Amino acid sequence: MVKKNAVKSADVAVPALGPLGMLRWAWTQLTSMRTALFLLLLLAVAAVPGSLFPQRAVNPEQVTQYLANNPGLGEWLDRFQLFDVYSSAWFSAVYLLLFISLIGCVIPRARKHAKALRTPPPRTPTRLSRLPVHGALALPAEDDGGPSAAAAVQRAAELLKKRGYRVEARPDGPAPSVGAERGYLREIGNLVFHVSLIGVLGSVAIGGMFGYSGQRLLVEGESFVNTLVSYDSFSPGTNFSEDSLVPFSIGLDKFEVEFDRESTTHFGQPIDFTASVTTTDKPGAEAHRTELKVNHPVRIGGAAVYLVGNGYAPVVTVRDGNGDVAFQGPVVGVPQDGAYTSLVVIKVPDARPDQLGFVGFFLPTAVMGEDGVSFSADPSATIPQLNLNSYYGDLGLDAGDPQNVYVLDPSTLTELNNRNLDAGGIVLDAGESYDLPEGKGSISFDGLKRYVALDVRHDPGKAPVAVFAALALLGLGVSLFVPRRRAWIKVVEAGGPVGTGDAGGRIIEYGLLARGEDPRLVAEAAELRTLLEREWPGMVRERV
Amino acid sequence: MPSINEQLGAYSDLFMLLAAFAYAVGFIAFAWDLAKSNSTIRELEAGLLEAEARQLATVGGPAPVKNAGGSVAAGALVSESMDYVADSGRRKAAKVAVSVAWIGVAIHAAAVVSRAIAAARVPWGNMYEFLTTGAFIVAAVFMVALIRKDLRFMGTFVMLLVTIMLCAATMGFPTPVAHLVPALQSPWLVIHVSIAVLASSLFTITFAMSVLQLVQDGRQKRLAAGGQDKLAFMRLVPSAVALENAAYRVNTVAFVMWTFTVMAGAVWAEAAWGRYWGWDTKEVWSFVIWVVYAGYLHARATRGWTGARSAWLCIIGYLCIIFNFTVVNLYFNGLHSYAGV
Repeated sequence: MVKKNAVKSADVAVPALGPLGMLRWAWTQLTSMRTALFLLLLLAVAAVPGSLFPQRAVNPEQVTQYLANNPGLGEWLDRFQLFDVYSSAWFSAVYLLLFISLIGCVIPRARKHAKALRTPPPRTPTRLSRLPVHGALALPAEDDGGPSAAAAVQRAAELLKKRGYRVEARPDGPAPSVGAERGYLREIGNLVFHVSLIGVLGSVAIGGMFGYSGQRLLVEGESFVNTLVSYDSFSPGTNFSEDSLVPFSIGLDKFEVEFDRESTTHFGQPIDFTASVTTTDKPGAEAHRTELKVNHPVRIGGAAVYLVGNGYAPVVTVRDGNGDVAFQGPVVGVPQDGAYTSLVVIKVPDARPDQLGFVGFFLPTAVMGEDGVSFSADPSATIPQLNLNSYYGDLGLDAGDPQNVYVLDPSTLTELNNRNLDAGGIVLDAGESYDLPEGKGSISFDGLKRYVALDVRHDPGKAPVAVFAALALLGLGVSLFVPRRRAWIKVVEAGGPVGTGDAGGRIIEYGLLARGEDPRLVAEAAELRTLLEREWPGMVRERV
Repeated sequence: MPSINEQLGAYSDLFMLLAAFAYAVGFIAFAWDLAKSNSTIRELEAGLLEAEARQLATVGGPAPVKNAGGSVAAGALVSESMDYVADSGRRKAAKVAVSVAWIGVAIHAAAVVSRAIAAARVPWGNMYEFLTTGAFIVAAVFMVALIRKDLRFMGTFVMLLVTIMLCAATMGFPTPVAHLVPALQSPWLVIHVSIAVLASSLFTITFAMSVLQLVQDGRQKRLAAGGQDKLAFMRLVPSAVALENAAYRVNTVAFVMWTFTVMAGAVWAEAAWGRYWGWDTKEVWSFVIWVVYAGYLHARATRGWTGARSAWLCIIGYLCIIFNFTVVNLYFNGLHSYAGV
């Protein structure tokens, strides 16, 4: 503050800073505490938009939806990277500046502390009574069996050392004293905390570069190998190499769900998901059977496999207009509610002469509603039923353009079955079959399986993040709760320094100084006093 | 899976209501203590003067320090280090309030424990349980601290807060006892959420201190400028600096706990969702809270940022916690959607 004012008042005489001077000025500004505090608060504010707007990294579908709903505004928000807040230029700028500021603060502090660790405790102040916490006791005279001043100082130094102080006895001179300091760990903890934060950031970056994540739906009885082609979707890290995919395999033997059948208020709420899986570490290796549950991923080949979703997959057979089997197998139903009402889309591009398409719902426990529309009353498959509409025509798949498998675009198709048509909708109970109108083919509901949605993730930054986070927590605790304090104990003649010949008797003075927060300084002084009193009993209590 | 005891759950709900009632009575008694602070102060001062007079008579020492108003320095009414002083016992309304609050805490404990037994798990699986258990921790921490330190000046505030918390829980988010959904079936529920409740409770207490600090700060400035003392009851509250120091100490502990909460949450997220950090809305706000309180700790070491400014940071941090608990849970889409409402 003083410096600043001095510069201001002398601004006439200030020479041009020059590029180097400007840089130094900028560096000083950036590494000041005030800037660090400002950047911290700015970081908090900058993080907020990420919770207000959908984020591509978290939920890309929501962003697409938002953009579709708010075309004008959405485009502007996107221009300011508000859908990619945590990878945006402005958010990165804030945290990078903060970390540069942090490094600029940590390095000089580390240097200073390294020096402090090598220097003895500071010289004894002339008047200990000026310290915020201090006191004095009378020391028995040497005639009464009291110690010499030098011996008393030595003994005080030992006592302080036992309490964790680094001490330096100064027995010579007119006022023998001991200087002591403790809590060097506090600053080390502080440095460890801040350096660990840099470590966390670096480890996160490593994970983002070399990690990957892939998603895969697996129906009971199916298995897949950890290769790129096996995944329904895959997001590689920026420096991902296919070689890092260990070719382990996972097969889903059985998937069981337990629903709450006891509670009246939470009836039908899922209380357990268990997937029985068979894994192999590499092709041809021995197979292991294990359980995959929520909160209990299967860790294999440096990756972890998570159970992130599940549903029903009704098994259907579709015959085409020629009477040939055009499709047979499980169809994944996407659950729409807690009763597992599941959206089903079946595309049959192999059907001849016309391609066939089906859209509708799978209902695990089908109940007819008052409005004549069936709905699912329970998540268990007690009365499984398929309610479908059907179409024929060109599915638009032949051009090779990728399509969403869960969406059927009816624009190029002709409707065959629908509740509103004369033919009505298709209602299939388990084991039933239905012949499509106009001899277009048939569909049968042959059986029911369950499927799971798996997330496979590999993040090499995970372990280092954990280590650095633990170090940060440790450092934080130490830097906040280990007190750093200085203490001095001095022997003086009551009338003046020792050896002046005054016969006023001798006094032990002590004084303590906190460096940083130290709510227990007064208590420490009291304990020191007790120790001194116990050391030389018979001392008269006297506070100066 | 052990079955749910719905009967016991119903008793727990009843205990919650009774506890809320006891706290409300405690609140009124604490408020009464403050309201009649003028007469209390007069009584306390009379006591002090009497004691001094006796001392003067026996010792004949120098006259006690008096302030401009002719009464004893305000510091004598409450200790700056918030210790009990000799005349603390004279506040009868406060004594009643403390007793009633203890009854409230006991009933509240029974409510929380019976809820846990009824559900056969830890009682913090949804918003109702988080709020009721959180309110219990706030009340319990306050009452236990009260044994050592004279924090009765905060009683009105704390009792009001826990009453509001219990009412909000029973009226806003009533949730019958039930099993946990699979995502919550993890030992991390015990670790992550319990520390989160504890940290939030401590932040609640420092929030109260910071608000009082601002009020006291304004009052002290007005008095220093020769103004009228419009908030005489604040004489029963320690000075702004003492409040700031106490809040800082509690905040350091709460901050370490919050850091642990976020880290434990990350470990759990890794096991449950496959990533330790994914900027889920709850994670975003936990991060914001962490950064705001980190700013608060740094403000302490920054010139010009101590005093009222750091109190404001503490208050903003607490508002973020409230926001994170209410708006984020109820209105934002996220993975932490276990509100149960």
